[in-house]
Amino acid sequence: MEAEVRTPPTICGMGHRMKRKEDARFLFGKGRYVDDIKLPGMLYMDIVRSPFAHARIKSINAERALAMDGVVAVITGKDLEKYNLHWMPTLMGDTQMVLPTDRVMYQAQEVAAVIATDRYIAADAVEAIEVEYEPLEPVIDPFRALEPDAPVLRTDKGKTDNHIWHWEVGDREATERAFQEADVVVKQQIYIPRIHVASIETCGCIADYDPVEGKLTVYMTTQAPHVVRTALAMVAGHVGLSEEKIRVISPDIGGGFGGKVPIYPGYVIAIAASVLLGKPVKWIEDRSENLQADSFARDYHITAELAATKEGKITALRIKTLADHGYTDAAANPSKFPAGLFSICTGSYDIKHAFVEVDAVYTNKPPGGIAYRCSFRVTEAVHAIERMVDVLAQKLGMDPAELRFKNFIQPDQFPYKSALGWEYDSGNYPAALRKAMDLIGYEELRREQAERRARGELMGIGISSFTEIVGAGPSRHFDILGIKMFDSCELRIHPTGKAIARFGTKSQGQGHETTYAQIIAEELGIPAEHVQVEEGDTDTAPYGLGTYASRSTPTAGAAAAMAARKVREKARKIAAYLLEVSEEDLEWEPGVFRVKGAPDKSVTIQDIALAAYTNHPPGMEAGLEAVHYYDPPNLTFPFGSYICVVDIDKGTGQVKIRRFVAVDDCGHVINPMIVEGQIHGGLTMGFAPAMMEELVYDEEGNILTGSFMDYLLPTAVETPRWETARTVTPSPHHPLGAKGVGESATVGAPAAIVNAVVDALSPYGVTHIDIPITPYKVWKILHEKGVV
Amino acid sequence: MIPPPFTYAAPTSLEEALALLQQHGPMAKILAGGHSLLPMMKLRLLEPEVLIDLRRVPGLDEIREENGYLHLGAMVREVELEEHPLIREKYPLLYETTRWIADPQVRNMGTIGGNLAHGDPGNDHPATMMAYDAQLVAVGPRGERVIPAREFFLDFYTTALEPDEILTAIRIPIPPPRSGGAYEKLERKVGDYATAAVAVQLSLAEDGTLSYVGIGLTNVAHVPLFAARSCAHLQGQRPTPERIDEAAQMASEDCNPRSDLRGSAEYKRAMVRELTRRAFRRALERAQGG
Repeated sequence: MEAEVRTPPTICGMGHRMKRKEDARFLFGKGRYVDDIKLPGMLYMDIVRSPFAHARIKSINAERALAMDGVVAVITGKDLEKYNLHWMPTLMGDTQMVLPTDRVMYQAQEVAAVIATDRYIAADAVEAIEVEYEPLEPVIDPFRALEPDAPVLRTDKGKTDNHIWHWEVGDREATERAFQEADVVVKQQIYIPRIHVASIETCGCIADYDPVEGKLTVYMTTQAPHVVRTALAMVAGHVGLSEEKIRVISPDIGGGFGGKVPIYPGYVIAIAASVLLGKPVKWIEDRSENLQADSFARDYHITAELAATKEGKITALRIKTLADHGYTDAAANPSKFPAGLFSICTGSYDIKHAFVEVDAVYTNKPPGGIAYRCSFRVTEAVHAIERMVDVLAQKLGMDPAELRFKNFIQPDQFPYKSALGWEYDSGNYPAALRKAMDLIGYEELRREQAERRARGELMGIGISSFTEIVGAGPSRHFDILGIKMFDSCELRIHPTGKAIARFGTKSQGQGHETTYAQIIAEELGIPAEHVQVEEGDTDTAPYGLGTYASRSTPTAGAAAAMAARKVREKARKIAAYLLEVSEEDLEWEPGVFRVKGAPDKSVTIQDIALAAYTNHPPGMEAGLEAVHYYDPPNLTFPFGSYICVVDIDKGTGQVKIRRFVAVDDCGHVINPMIVEGQIHGGLTMGFAPAMMEELVYDEEGNILTGSFMDYLLPTAVETPRWETARTVTPSPHHPLGAKGVGESATVGAPAAIVNAVVDALSPYGVTHIDIPITPYKVWKILHEKGVV
Repeated sequence: MIPPPFTYAAPTSLEEALALLQQHGPMAKILAGGHSLLPMMKLRLLEPEVLIDLRRVPGLDEIREENGYLHLGAMVREVELEEHPLIREKYPLLYETTRWIADPQVRNMGTIGGNLAHGDPGNDHPATMMAYDAQLVAVGPRGERVIPAREFFLDFYTTALEPDEILTAIRIPIPPPRSGGAYEKLERKVGDYATAAVAVQLSLAEDGTLSYVGIGLTNVAHVPLFAARSCAHLQGQRPTPERIDEAAQMASEDCNPRSDLRGSAEYKRAMVRELTRRAFRRALERAQGG
């Protein structure tokens, strides 16, 4: 279904498949990324990294490096310690080393930095620095980390064990009772492995300190430039960096996916180097550094249980999780949510009782726990509940679609208050699943499956009916470093009727320059092509919390609509003045105010814009502009139903996805083409960890997947053909009825794939497979079950 | 990801290339496409001081049949093999193997000689050349010599080439009528080295028995393997399903894979068995069909 379209193609408001305004520059190779920027006198930084996962640094000898032509400086933790910059806070209130003075805590951790006049000299100098290490016993397994005799990693914090925090939500006793009274209980261990966003562009920055003006300009691959500016002012205030003297510019970004929210040590070292040397310093990670040292995602060891009646009505959910955070909690969640929005784990189902607890531990692995295109731990939540529903269906001998229909929150139950405290805004889960089943021909596929099974063939059908939770968020609950998670739009209309709009968000490929322009076109009737959208420069953009967690449309998109409506209200006054009628006598259609009953008497928004600067009503301020900071009243809850069909090659264990139908509902759609693109990309990023991606460490903490040779990303060849469709259930509280869509598919897809594979293998007693589902894993199961 | 400094030479004759190789000895490496060598240099796993690029040496890029052999210059790029009608029609094993190598970007630069001389047991051409019983032509200060592909791969990244020799050509015996070949590769994704791969080339006699069988195995030992016992078991025999299974079983017993992220040694042996069966069946169909 296409969204309702109210504007003509000349205006191109909501619902038009407008080609992306930003694409021309990307297609012509004219994008401007951090590494494209070259400043006069710029120096280059490269980083010495630890070969050990846990070791004491006995000495660092930089003599040979410093003697090399072109090497300007070598910076160690001891140097930063003089300025108290060797540690920094994480967004989660933990602490992280910028450079170590004593111990390294994971393989590939930063140990020292070289500054040189040339990128190549810097790389050679890194090889020339001699570091003497005393290896210490590493803690790699998070369960081992909790054993009493495990080495304690964070003695610097006065810790006596490796436990970071315990978090729980729900009614423990009521849930316990529901489990005791249940006819049927199922329990499953589910591991969601450590993965990496692996954006095409790695991280990097140029720090440019002007010692005369005392001004620091940082070009940085960041999804949240304003947060970075404020964090830098908070962390480095004591060395003279003041917020009005800091400018963060986030140029074009080649993919973020959550990995460009944190502030990495490399950024801080580059800034320190620029301040010390008074010259611009560029630091760009290479691919291995990006994979080995930057924030990971997931790494949740989940034990999930469902209680149900024998008819298949789910009565309770209980989840216990161990979260491996590496050596520091450097996740990027809202401050009050250490496990993100994991408590959305009751999913699309009306479950009366639920209890969830998460314990976080330190290990000798890279820090993180960021949300990889998953709205703060929502993938983990969806994977757990969507797997468990299938485990229950299998136990009951019931069709997984039937079990879902039986337990869905029904359309008339919205707004729905979940057992874990969320108020779902709107949804129609049965409609989305029914549509997906019709599109794929579900009943026919089940008949085919029965025939194939009789012939000994392995075919599986998997469903995932997910509910997302995005758009953080209402400021009473959501903040980062205490800053409320609103977002903003500043809109100015020029005298010739064209517009510029600036935002606190930052596109990394989502198409903001087009989407926001279409929202303003919808509200003001100014053609979208005449609306210039700017983001990413803290000197010009209004304050905002940035782009992640599918929050741009729910927050800044709403701010755009609200700012445009403020402009329209002023435009109405000017129109009344120009037409010599009262405001009440005017009616609005996109781009024009007309006099009621005299439709040939009208003024266009362009006429009004000119008048705002040339002929505005007496007593009114000149100009036509507005600013809006939008604080959403609630989160939005996009949802969808995905169905996947797989065939398994018994000889090799290879799984082939034959079909994958994705029905998404993100409320009103601004640009259907962009939404489809987001879903295609999201499905591929759901497919990848389901089938291929995993960061693997050996017992010593050596990373075994430190390059794209072994950290497997799908190409177009492996990626299935996606079939997408839509239902539209508007958000009742969003000004446009939109919900956000950037992460839905990544969140919903893996469970559909796993459910299909498990379904194929269920005749042999298989109830669960952890992702990634590799051919080897499948073959091993077939081998153990005596199928081959 | 940045290699240490090195110098680059692009000689315009084989003599010049050989002289440079002699002059720099073990500090020099031949550059023949570079899509294995350069990544290793970027990771500083290899630090040659001199690269001798063969790209400008004339006469190393020819594809022709002569004297009972398909002659392939060592600098023939993979993409040229893929696109050559003769290869596609008459050498299906070579055609399939080439199509499985890495990805189009790599095949646009990578050469057949580089793929063989690199000595990586994960490379795909070695097993295929063993299956074809190809000959590799090396030129050095002592002149030209011919090394059977089945004797070329000595150890991990170690070939029978002397340090002062350059691989210049590959000769594949022109298959007689009623021949067929196939390459079966299991990989985790495009561009990956094989979990296991099997090359089969065979010919049928008038009476339906196998007059020639060559089977090569990729990435299941520290060197590419010739499955000698499997070939002997099939040579002169009728290709019955039982006999094919037995030969496939032998191949799985005779390889020596290592457990890694692709799977356990046991899995890889099972894959050798499965892929040998599949490759043999397809090769046989081709031989029977033409």
